[in-house]
Amino acid sequence: MSSATSPLTPASATEQLDAHLREIIDWHFSPETGCPFWLDWKAKAGWDPRKEIKTHHDLVRFDHFQDEWLRDEKNERFVPKGMGGRPFNVFETGGTTGLPKQRVGWDDYKHDYEQFGDNLSDEFFPRGSNWIMVGPTGPRRLRLAVEHLANYRGGSCYHVDLDPRWVKRLIARKQYDEVERYQAHVISQAVEIIKHRDIACIFTTPKLLASLGERISVPGQGIKGCFCGGTSMTPEYVKFLQVEVLENKAQFVPTYGNTLMGLAMSVPEELAQNNYSVTYWAPQPRAILRIVDPDKTEKTMEYGQYGRVELTTLTKEFFMPRFLERDEAIRRHPHPKFPWDGVGDVRPFGFLENKIIEGVY
Amino acid sequence: MSVPHIPILRQGVPYESLDVQTVSNVAGSTPACEVSFACADMIKHDLLRIAGARAALQKFRCEDLVNICKHAADLFLTDTLPVGSRGDMQSPEDYVRQLAMTSGLPHTLIRMNMKRLHGVLVQTDVILKGLTRGLDLSVLDKGYGDQNGSPVSFAAVTDCLGVVLPSNSPAVNALWVPAIALKIPVLLKPGREEPWTPMRLIEALKKAGAPAEAFSFYPTQHDGSGAIIRRCGRVMLFGGDDTVKEYEHDPRVEVHGTGYSKILIGEDEIENWPKYVDTIVESVSANSGRSCINVSVIVVPKYGDEIAKAVAEKLLAIEPLAQDDPNAKLSGFANPKFASMIDGAIESGLKDGAWDVSESLRGGRKRFQSRDGMNYLLPTIVRVPGWGHALSVREFLFPFASVIESPQSEMVPHLGKSLVVTAITKDLAWINQLFACPTIDRLNIGNVPTNHLKWDQPHEGNLFEFLYSRRSFQIEQIA
Repeated sequence: MSSATSPLTPASATEQLDAHLREIIDWHFSPETGCPFWLDWKAKAGWDPRKEIKTHHDLVRFDHFQDEWLRDEKNERFVPKGMGGRPFNVFETGGTTGLPKQRVGWDDYKHDYEQFGDNLSDEFFPRGSNWIMVGPTGPRRLRLAVEHLANYRGGSCYHVDLDPRWVKRLIARKQYDEVERYQAHVISQAVEIIKHRDIACIFTTPKLLASLGERISVPGQGIKGCFCGGTSMTPEYVKFLQVEVLENKAQFVPTYGNTLMGLAMSVPEELAQNNYSVTYWAPQPRAILRIVDPDKTEKTMEYGQYGRVELTTLTKEFFMPRFLERDEAIRRHPHPKFPWDGVGDVRPFGFLENKIIEGVY
Repeated sequence: MSVPHIPILRQGVPYESLDVQTVSNVAGSTPACEVSFACADMIKHDLLRIAGARAALQKFRCEDLVNICKHAADLFLTDTLPVGSRGDMQSPEDYVRQLAMTSGLPHTLIRMNMKRLHGVLVQTDVILKGLTRGLDLSVLDKGYGDQNGSPVSFAAVTDCLGVVLPSNSPAVNALWVPAIALKIPVLLKPGREEPWTPMRLIEALKKAGAPAEAFSFYPTQHDGSGAIIRRCGRVMLFGGDDTVKEYEHDPRVEVHGTGYSKILIGEDEIENWPKYVDTIVESVSANSGRSCINVSVIVVPKYGDEIAKAVAEKLLAIEPLAQDDPNAKLSGFANPKFASMIDGAIESGLKDGAWDVSESLRGGRKRFQSRDGMNYLLPTIVRVPGWGHALSVREFLFPFASVIESPQSEMVPHLGKSLVVTAITKDLAWINQLFACPTIDRLNIGNVPTNHLKWDQPHEGNLFEFLYSRRSFQIEQIA
């Protein structure tokens, strides 16, 4: 239930994290269970993480994970021996040209979305009700994950696809009218389904939600809860979506996540009191989000300061230390529901210096 | 110290955003105002209800709206009006000071622009007469009527006029104001350093009796501008060449880019060139050379060196002065980087036979100057060897012009896009050739500075024809 506080304290959450970390390191760097990629890495590195990584502070011994490895290496090299030869899913990250980055997976998405589902409000995401997903499906983890979430909470899931790679190409060519036509095509399909099927919950991206709100009253068509992610949102944009698009009747649940991490959670009940500044907490201990000094990434920023987002994924299926996201955020304090550090007001890295094509769908 | 908070206006309703940006004093880091920023999707959302704003204006007769505009003229010029959403008030002197702080404009130029805007408002009837060719405005109230003995009917082609404004000249706001008298609501996106003028005009018009719903005001980023451009039925767009090029073939969008305005002297008048130096100087330097109607190219059949020198000598008198100096004519740059970028662009173009006439007359004193924490560029006349030179047709945000020698017969074919052309000549054949040139937007024949506008002539397109289309109609009595 969403309002429950965690049984953990910040101290016990840290103990849990460190114990989990040691278990995962042991799994990935043992010949009996590890994957070729990390075992080869260990052979060349000259040190054994199983002996030297004892707490999350020790993770800085690793260099940053390079996401190009997920394109350049064959997927089989990331398959842990401990998975016992089970066929794997292949999930892709964004990309517009060439071979996309891919990661292998088995059950992580189910764990991640069940953990997320346990935190949803039964009032706004009624158990047994149906969902619709309007957004990138195709080779993305999200496609299976949202459907699993719906099933986990006792409902079924409808889908309307959007190809973000095509949208990015259109934007790069400045074919903005075509972008709008494509968006309208996607939204028309969603509107038809929402109007003619019993649906109470939606997953979509912020821009598609706003676009949907131009066509219909989203709560007026029976939507009670909206789980929304995919791009950064300013507090003003969050307020606009909650207050004007969802008319303060349906609940807006912003999330931060990707194929490599899983799903970081927010506390939607506190959005208004926090002036719509959203803080996300990683699904710890399965992932860690850390706000680092961009110029000295081993250093964690102080609370309240902006820094670059660093992600470490710690599951038996996938180990990814210290991946630098293309985002920056404010380091926020632990919350009673999530007693570990959070990341707030996420925005594209270098927001103030660069213009980035982001939030295109 | 608190500063005014400039809100978003959503069909007249002030809205304070969580996305607040501070606009600072150009000559320092002190804040001049806070501005609420709108997200693009909010603008799209609001546009769904814009018909309500049009309905609010349609309750008025055009004649009443014309009178409101006329009344607003004096309020804009002389009254103390609200500024922002937190109860601050703004006298005319406050307006001058605040706009000077964020734009770099000297007080004298701001006052000149105020008078120009006053002139537009107070002559709204004359302007509409010019735009509509004398149409009885009650035709727009009723939907149909009579013009010169013929039945006419006009229908609005849009529920609003979107306007993406620049920061470089307050007087450009003159272009959207008549839309209110034509019963078309406006949706304004101000330039980053210049929220003051559109907001003061709105307050003056509201106080004079215009319905608040007629005014939407969205400080916003590029994506918000894009939403305005793509979603409004008609759009006035000010921007650089790249922006303008993107929309120049879109009939919904009236683009206002660089002007590349020019003065030409004909072969029949060139021996009298000293008589025209003052006209050239005014055309280059009025409003600190920031307008699209300022001359950036001077084309003469001979005496190019002499004319360049004579113009440059007169421009030497224009120097950076204190912003409140009554003799100040040169504006500083609101974005300090722009001055050095422009200076660099000119320096890199000074080759292949081009030379800076002004700098040689200043005894080598550099074009780039700083004063009171602001960056300035001194007026610059460059002499270029011909049309093809890199600096021959350039436009910058300060008094700058090139001087080209060209046979008269080659002038028209080389003109290219020209917002204003002043041709000093009595040669009828050449005048006819100029009138036939499709790339000239406004043509002055004779000794007329390019910055002199007549209110009964449309500027960069006819706003009435942009907002209304004529429809065919017949009415038969039913027995």
